[in-house]
Formats: sequence, C-alpha cells, structure tokens
Amino acid sequence: MSYFEFLSQYGDRIISGTLVTIVLTVLAALLAMAIALAAGLMRMAPNALVRGVAVVYIEIFRGTSLLVQLYWIFFVLPLFGISLEKFTAGFVAVGMNLGAYGAELVRGAILSVPKGQWEASLALNMSPAKRMVRVILPQALLIMLPSWGNLLIELLKGTALVALIAVADLMFQVKQINGTTFLSAETFGTALVIYYIIARFMITPFMRWLERVMQRKLGRA
Amino acid sequence: MSEKHLSGFPLSLDGPDRPMVSFRKVTKSYGSLTVLDSLDLDVAEGEMVTIIGPSGSGKTTVLRMLMTLESINGGVIYVDGEPLTHMPKGDHLVPANSRHVRQIRSKIGMCFQQFNLFPHMTALENCMEGPVHVLGMSKKDARERAEDLLAMVGMADKRDQHPSRLSGGQQQRVAIARALAMRPKVMLFDEVTSALDPEVIGEVTNVIRKLVSEYNLTMLMVTHQMGFAKDISDRICFFYGGKIEEQGSPDQLFSNPQKERTQQFLSAVKEAM
Ligand SMILES: Nc1ncnc2c1ncn2[C@@H]1O[C@H](COP(=O)(O)OP(=O)(O)OP(=O)(O)O)[C@@H](O)[C@H]1O
Ligand SMILES: [Mg+2]
Repeated sequence: MSYFEFLSQYGDRIISGTLVTIVLTVLAALLAMAIALAAGLMRMAPNALVRGVAVVYIEIFRGTSLLVQLYWIFFVLPLFGISLEKFTAGFVAVGMNLGAYGAELVRGAILSVPKGQWEASLALNMSPAKRMVRVILPQALLIMLPSWGNLLIELLKGTALVALIAVADLMFQVKQINGTTFLSAETFGTALVIYYIIARFMITPFMRWLERVMQRKLGRA
Repeated sequence: MSEKHLSGFPLSLDGPDRPMVSFRKVTKSYGSLTVLDSLDLDVAEGEMVTIIGPSGSGKTTVLRMLMTLESINGGVIYVDGEPLTHMPKGDHLVPANSRHVRQIRSKIGMCFQQFNLFPHMTALENCMEGPVHVLGMSKKDARERAEDLLAMVGMADKRDQHPSRLSGGQQQRVAIARALAMRPKVMLFDEVTSALDPEVIGEVTNVIRKLVSEYNLTMLMVTHQMGFAKDISDRICFFYGGKIEEQGSPDQLFSNPQKERTQQFLSAVKEAM
C-alpha cells in the first residue's frame, strides 16, 4: 500500500483523532492556566493553611507521573464516588498536572515584577487585590508568556497518554490503525509529523502573537 | 513591636498648631543595626522640609516609614493629628490594623527615585488609576483631574504615551502628577532627581517649585541638590547616623552650620559640585 493509499483509507480517522487531540489540548490548557493562577497565588497567600494546600497540590502533581495521575483520576476516583467520563478524565488529568508546573511559573513571574511596582501601588493606597489584578498580574503575564509556550507544548505531548484510557485522540487512532495494518512507519510517522505541526505551527506562533499583543499593550513594541 | 499597648503617647494630636506629620521617638532597626534611633520630627502643615545627610544616615527610611513601606520598631508616627502606625483602643494605642493604615495612608503621596510608573498604562492611565480604582471616581472626573495635572507638570501632549516612550524627566513629572491625583495632604520626594540626566533635572525641580508656591502641600524631601534645597525649603534637617544632627532654616544651616559634622558634610558636598 502506498502512503497515498494509506492516507486515503485512514485519513478520516487520523483527522478525527487530530481534532480530538486539539480539543483536549485547548481544554487542558484552559484548565491548567486557571489552576496555575489559583495555585500560584495561593502559594503566596499570607495564610499558612492556604499556602500549605497549594504546596501539597504542586508537590503531588509535579512529583508523580502524569500517567499514574491519569489512572488515578479515571480508575481510582470512581471508587470514591467520583466518576468522570474518559474524555473529561483525560483533559482534567493533563490540566491538573501541567497546572502544577504553571503555578510555579505564575509565582516566579509575580515575584520578578520589580519591587518598585509593588511600592508605587501601595503609595497609591491600592488594596492588595487591586494591586495584584491591576498592576502586578498584567506585568507578570508578559514575563511568563515565553515559558508558557514551552509548557503548552509539554501539555500537547502529555495529551497522548489519554489514549491509554481509550480516549479516541490522535495517538489512540494511529495505534488502532497500526494494530490492524502493521504499517508502523506510516502510522507513527504520521502522528509524529502531526504533533510537530501542532506544536511548531500552531502553538508557537499563537504564543508569539500573544506576546506581541501584550508587548504592544505595554508600549514596548 | 514588643509591648502591645503603648502608653505615654497621646491618642491624637489636637489644637490649632498641631503638626501635619509628627514622628515621636520613632525607632527602626534591621536586626542588630539601628537605622533610626528615637527620632523626633514635626512637620507643620504647608511646610517644606528637606532632609540631607550622608549615605546610609536613614533619610530614605524616614520617608518609607511615613509611606508605610517599612514597619517601625518603636514610637508612634502621627499624620494630620491621628496616629498612622497605631490606633486608639480604649485609652491606649495599639498597632494599627490594615484598615486603619489604609485610611491614614490616603493622606500621603510619594515619588520615588526610579519613578515606578506602571509600564502597561499610558501617562494618562497612570494618573487615572488611583482616582478610579482606589477613590472610586468616575472615569470622566478622573480623566479631567488627570489631564489638569498632566498639563500642570507640562506633560499634556504626552498623555497617551507609555512610560517606555518617555525620558526620565518626563516620567518623573508624570509620577508627580499621578501622586497628586490622589489629593494627598503630604507629599514625599525621595531623591526624585538622582536618576536623571543633569540637563533634565530642572524640569522636575521646576514642578516641585510650582507645588511649593501654588499648593498648600506639606512636603518632605530627600535630595542631594543642595542649591535647590536651599531655595525652596522652609527647613533643612541634617541627618547623621540615624539622628537629626542639626536642623534650621536653609540660611542658618548652609551659611552658618553649628555642628562639626554638618560643616564637614557641607564642605564635602561643595567640593563634589
Ligand atoms: N531592607 C534593609 N535591610 C537591612 N538594612 C537596610 C535595609 N534598608 C536600609 N537598610 C540600612 O539602613 C540604613 C539607612 O538606609 P537609608 O536607605 O535610609 O539611607 P539613606 O540616608 O537614604 O542613604 P542614601 O543617601 O544612600 O540613599 C543603611 O545603613 C542601610 O544599609
Ligand atoms: Mg536614600
């Protein structure tokens, strides 16, 4: 079978898998950002209990394997009465895992906003919440954007693991196709190229564009 | 603060000649290093007091404590008659809670050596930020106020520029407008010309001169510009080792210093100029 015949025969499944992977990536990314922001801020809270919760979360999700976390969420949580549908379990696991890494990015970026900015907001008598939202976070966002670009690519790669709980993503589809055709070079080669294209020609340019937009807002463009 | 209740300090300062700012036996230390040692300093309403002194003598610390950027280790600071660092509870003073601090802090504004403008906002937005988001003014009113102040500091035509597009002197003038937009009663200036190129220092000192002549602000300034300080101050305080070594009118202090350390400092400064 030529590669062209291979594509015409299995192209539909590969495309549908690719779409699932993209949707998974977007949902997991949104979740990861929300978690990263919350955990990153909690990590710096004045209250020790709040800080403790964030530290434990970050430690657990960074310190253990994503695959184990995925199995926990999909196979173990139902034993405690929390059943997630496999697609949901998939992006929740990836989002929670990368969110823990993102939390450290958020914290690092917040801490690297110059001290003078904190002091100027205090001199204007801003409340701590206003100061964070109006002054610190907008600047922290620009500082952490490049690192988020890398993290989102990690996240995309991480989504391939959800194939192991039978979510029909790109990885799952090519494994199935390989299982019936044994055309491993074609199947996994195609997957490789598609993951690379998503990372290099979708995520990276998007993040660059976002950076430019933010920079313009800072009057630096 | 070790003792929770503080006695021997009045709950408030009353009377027609009460000072706008009053440091009473204020002590500040970092670990074992005592930076300010039982400082007493009063600034009257509308008075312009300039602090001079060698590096490390505690000049910045005085302003930062008043702006509540630094805690104090002893004594009480009063602003407009009310304690800033403390609040009355029964017939005692206890350390102030954040709500009390915020209320008193609203009377104070500060300009920094490094300007510290918000880089993600234009000059106009910098000046509207506090009025809108702290004082709760309408955008329209805040904009009017900000535009007036930017015009006053000669920055009306740059109001839509971000700080990165402005020179140091221009940024500092915007920073002064931003602080004034909060209508403080007390303004603090910490070496606001030290980061500037010599040729633009004048544009900032001229704005401060204008404030002295046209506004009834109480001002506390730290500067190394001795000529400027002499021109506009009502009083000069010479700090040495965390204490006021000598103070007096500019004429007195610059032409006829009494203490040897003051004389040494002034002659060293003269040589440098
Ligand atoms: N956060 C800090 N931790 C430890 N020591 C500090 C801190 N801030 C200031 N100091 C010390 O306090 C002393 C007074 O500092 P301050 O900044 O008030 O001096 P200054 O008179 O403003 O000096 P300069 O003319 O150099 O600005 C100095 O010895 C300084 O090293
Ligand atoms: Mg200083």
